[in-house]
Amino acid sequence: MTTTENRPQFKVVGTRPVRHDGLEKVTGKAKYGADVILPGMLYGKVLRSPHPHARIKSIDTSGALKIPGVKAVVTAKDLPIQSDKMVELGEAHANMKQIAENCLANDKVLYKGHAVAAVAATSPHIAEEALDAIKVVYEVLPFVLNVDDAMKPGATLLHENMVTRAVLGGKPDPAKQVGKSNVSSEMRWVGGNLEQAWKDSHVIVEREYFTKPVHQGYIEPHVTTVNWNPDGKITVWTSTQHTFGVRQQAAAILQVPEGMVKVIPMEIGGGFGGKINVYLEPAAAMLSKKTGHPVKMVMTRKEVFEASGPTSGSHMKMKVGATKDGKITGWQLWLAFEAGAYPGSPVAMGAMCSSAPYIVENFDVSALDIVVNKPKVAAYRAPGSPIGAFAVESTLDELAEKLGMDPMDFRLKNAAKEGTRQITGAPLGKIGNIEVMTQVKNHPHYKSPLPVGPNVGRGVGMGYWFNIGMQSSAALNVNPDGSVSLVTGSVDIGGTRVAVAMQAAEILGIRAEDVIPTVADTDSIGWTGVTGGSRTAFATGIAAINAAEEVKKQLIARAALMWEVKPEDIEFKDGLYINKKSPKDSVTMKQLAAKMMMTGGYVTASATANPRMAGAAYGAMIVDVKVDPETGKVDLLRVTAFQDAGKAAHPSYVEGQIQGGAVQGIGWALNEEYFHTTDGVMANSSWLDYRMPTSLDLPMIDPVIIEVPNPGHPFGLRGVGEVGICAPMAAIRNAIFRATGARMYHLPMNPGSIVEAIGAKKAAGHTNGAAKK
Amino acid sequence: MAEKGAKARALAGGTDLLVQLRVKRYIVDRVVDVKHIAEMNELSYSDSKGLVLGAAVPCYRVYEDKHISAKYPGLYDSASLIGGIQIQTRAGIGGNLANAAPSADAIPSLIALGATANIAGPKGKRSVPVEHFCTGPGKSVLQDGELLVSMSIPPPQAKMGSTYIRFIPRNEMDIAVVGVGVSVVLNGNSIKSARIALASVGPTPIFATEAGNWLTGKAPTEDSVMQAAEAAKKAAKPITDMRGTIEQRIHLVGVLTKRSLLSAITRAKEAR
Ligand SMILES: Cc1cc2nc3c(=O)[nH]c(=O)nc-3n(C[C@H](O)[C@H](O)[C@H](O)COP(=O)(O)OP(=O)(O)OC[C@H]3O[C@@H](n4cnc5c(N)ncnc54)[C@H](O)[C@@H]3O)c2cc1C
Repeated sequence: MTTTENRPQFKVVGTRPVRHDGLEKVTGKAKYGADVILPGMLYGKVLRSPHPHARIKSIDTSGALKIPGVKAVVTAKDLPIQSDKMVELGEAHANMKQIAENCLANDKVLYKGHAVAAVAATSPHIAEEALDAIKVVYEVLPFVLNVDDAMKPGATLLHENMVTRAVLGGKPDPAKQVGKSNVSSEMRWVGGNLEQAWKDSHVIVEREYFTKPVHQGYIEPHVTTVNWNPDGKITVWTSTQHTFGVRQQAAAILQVPEGMVKVIPMEIGGGFGGKINVYLEPAAAMLSKKTGHPVKMVMTRKEVFEASGPTSGSHMKMKVGATKDGKITGWQLWLAFEAGAYPGSPVAMGAMCSSAPYIVENFDVSALDIVVNKPKVAAYRAPGSPIGAFAVESTLDELAEKLGMDPMDFRLKNAAKEGTRQITGAPLGKIGNIEVMTQVKNHPHYKSPLPVGPNVGRGVGMGYWFNIGMQSSAALNVNPDGSVSLVTGSVDIGGTRVAVAMQAAEILGIRAEDVIPTVADTDSIGWTGVTGGSRTAFATGIAAINAAEEVKKQLIARAALMWEVKPEDIEFKDGLYINKKSPKDSVTMKQLAAKMMMTGGYVTASATANPRMAGAAYGAMIVDVKVDPETGKVDLLRVTAFQDAGKAAHPSYVEGQIQGGAVQGIGWALNEEYFHTTDGVMANSSWLDYRMPTSLDLPMIDPVIIEVPNPGHPFGLRGVGEVGICAPMAAIRNAIFRATGARMYHLPMNPGSIVEAIGAKKAAGHTNGAAKK
Repeated sequence: MAEKGAKARALAGGTDLLVQLRVKRYIVDRVVDVKHIAEMNELSYSDSKGLVLGAAVPCYRVYEDKHISAKYPGLYDSASLIGGIQIQTRAGIGGNLANAAPSADAIPSLIALGATANIAGPKGKRSVPVEHFCTGPGKSVLQDGELLVSMSIPPPQAKMGSTYIRFIPRNEMDIAVVGVGVSVVLNGNSIKSARIALASVGPTPIFATEAGNWLTGKAPTEDSVMQAAEAAKKAAKPITDMRGTIEQRIHLVGVLTKRSLLSAITRAKEAR
């Protein structure tokens, strides 16, 4: 279902052409990272730490080197980078020294699965066997697995010299006492008068939440092939969301100029934020340098779970008050996120995003980034926002219940709108928050009676993601047949080839099918940011629009030349170039293209865009669940997911993003988790036991696209890739309450924990009953 | 097989074995494909002898067999929920038993139906009741060089019903947090006999004899079933792991025993 405001209609944007890469992908011909095979290629494998925390006393690689077929072994000692270096990577900053150490541990291993050494051999089996012949002596250290243990006085320190960075309202906070700690930073935002706010409150709800790390769960494991030539030129074939980011990281870690590194993106089998940091490239590059051969490395699924991704586990506390008529008075939020082995959890984004749907005037929000002995977290779809939203949307549901208010009425009463100041002080731009909430409230699903039967309940939740802009480049080459080749640097994960091509087609008045999109390597296109942050259709789209405008300008000049008039005398309308002086003279782009050679040669244009107004996105979910109170199993009966897309360039792919986000949120809500044993090992590092939802666990997810145009884009697009994952956890949790009477405060809400909560609720009910008598 | 001893493994459908070889659970020199041995492919039923099920017969042949669905619905339940369709075209009941996983979905049904395992080896042939077949996680009475040839299940008694139910958090592709297989024989308005077997609540599948025996002579009511379920919970000796906690598993033994007994009673009433 799509709702459209009254505004100019487009010819191509908003339609549903077949994606250009569809045939190759469905016939299995598309080439992924694992399909790379080069002459003389060697295979690399990684030796990983069996301990969650240990000092590396020594590494003896001599045994491995003796095995026939083994060509080289590398350890952290081989990596050229020596000192800290910050770079901007997609949605976050990253310290390259730490990324390098994450790829090959230096003096300490910080999590089970941390890479220690890598082997290159003539076959993957020999490489694997050689790993057993590398002798590592560890001094095993105590470890911490969650934020609370990591913060305890006397807790083992992952980074012995790390001092908490205290920040208040975006500036260093000198008043805060800091010392050596596993807390890498503590960010705080305060505003208004919280004490007064509590006094003005009719109801106050104070709750506490815990969530586990979850993995992005892309189907394709990490894979790379690197060739380091004696002339210093390095080529990387990889599966990444960010080719220029891989180039940047590789150059920094290998200490070579960026221009010496060429990154060739292969098709990508999912990323969701997890394929931005490098994992295998530094080791593969050093192995290639040592051997003179290209080296290919592919992770197993176990390695993917143990050493890439996930997003943070958390501990959160929220206290929120409201007046009798439902206006939010005070807002206190404390979020502590696991960063994994190195600083950099998305906790600040969790704090900011979860507050963004509401007018919050009196607040005290703290966000703590805490290192623990688990894999370093990576971006995951709207990083941080879903975690914060679980706490906020759950607490608000209880507040609305206590006030006796409809949960959507309560939200609408407090809804942020254009100009509302966020907790950071920054005002919100043009947003569709109220429109999304109103659509939820008026949707037939919301108004329909619950499905009949016992233990059925309905819940709602909201979500927010700010989306990012940043730089993208595009080149357009007009072909003599009138088609246009479109080159971009944006790896296509979610259908962006077609979504970007459609925007160029719209400008040129041609069909999407007449634009032929290609994703180019880093030597063949201008700098382009990550495919992430929901930015690609938006920002690369604008680059393509700019290039198309330039093509159009040149074609107008060609038409003018042909008719011997001035360019101002040419009118462009509905794909036709019309001579205003003699309106019967008109040509199509195809006709103009056929004459290119006679009018001055081939027409080409390239453009770069660096848009800022990405246009924030709001989303919501309504979900009906049925709970088996004896087993605790939750079945989803009906799911409707809402999202403001600004303008849905290709509605099918917008719907796909909404549904995909919903599914990942559903998995996060119900069963997915990093399950660590008490010895610090992830026990469920397989698809079997990680328990992502299968198609049989999901009903049809009905997507509702809302279109509140983004003034920062010529066609009104907003980013659509991420916000869909924010609402499901709380929505399902609120539905479980209505189905069972039990409130859940932990993720995942797996069957065991639901049975427990129902049991606890019953026990409490009995004692209450007894007390009354 | 005998030549290589512990360094040899039989391959039926391979749906356990290939995974085990890959994760180095077994490091072997020889894999022996048993799928082409005639006796291993036998699937026959007669009212006098009951069912003979070859050890390499894949699940789809089991659940497509008219005799099995009519006379041993519990086995049908097991065969149709192991893996998905792709797995079921390869995986078999024999592999499920020989693998001796505590969570195996077919073993409780075999125990409930009174099956025996027919074994052949260098020292000849022998038969072992399935409830005595498993000796630990992945361990069984099979000696080095021995093969499971087939399983025999006696013909069903009159008014007998059987059911297997497992609990998994998802709807497919998961390992039983708890599984319960039962058979019930009715005699007029009382239970003549009942057998209850449990999966995933101990180092081997568990034959909950006391719970089953308790039902003898009782009325086939929800009340009796609830009491038997309580008795079954006492037989469970589960551990806590990533798939479930001790408390959750014991609780589920109660829930699933109740549900599977009620289902088997209904099936028994409908049976001839
Ligand atoms: C995706 C997937 C889903 C699964 N789902 C389920 C499920 O829902 N429930 C469940 O219980 N299991 C499940 N399994 C496990 C497996 O499919 C079953 O245990 C199956 O019944 C094994 O049968 P098989 O014929 O493939 O055995 P194989 O893998 O061939 O053999 C299993 C073991 O028994 C030994 N063996 C096999 N035949 C003989 C013989 N004749 N004599 C002696 N030893 C022998 C083998 O050496 C091996 O160790 C699943 C597996 C996969 C891969």
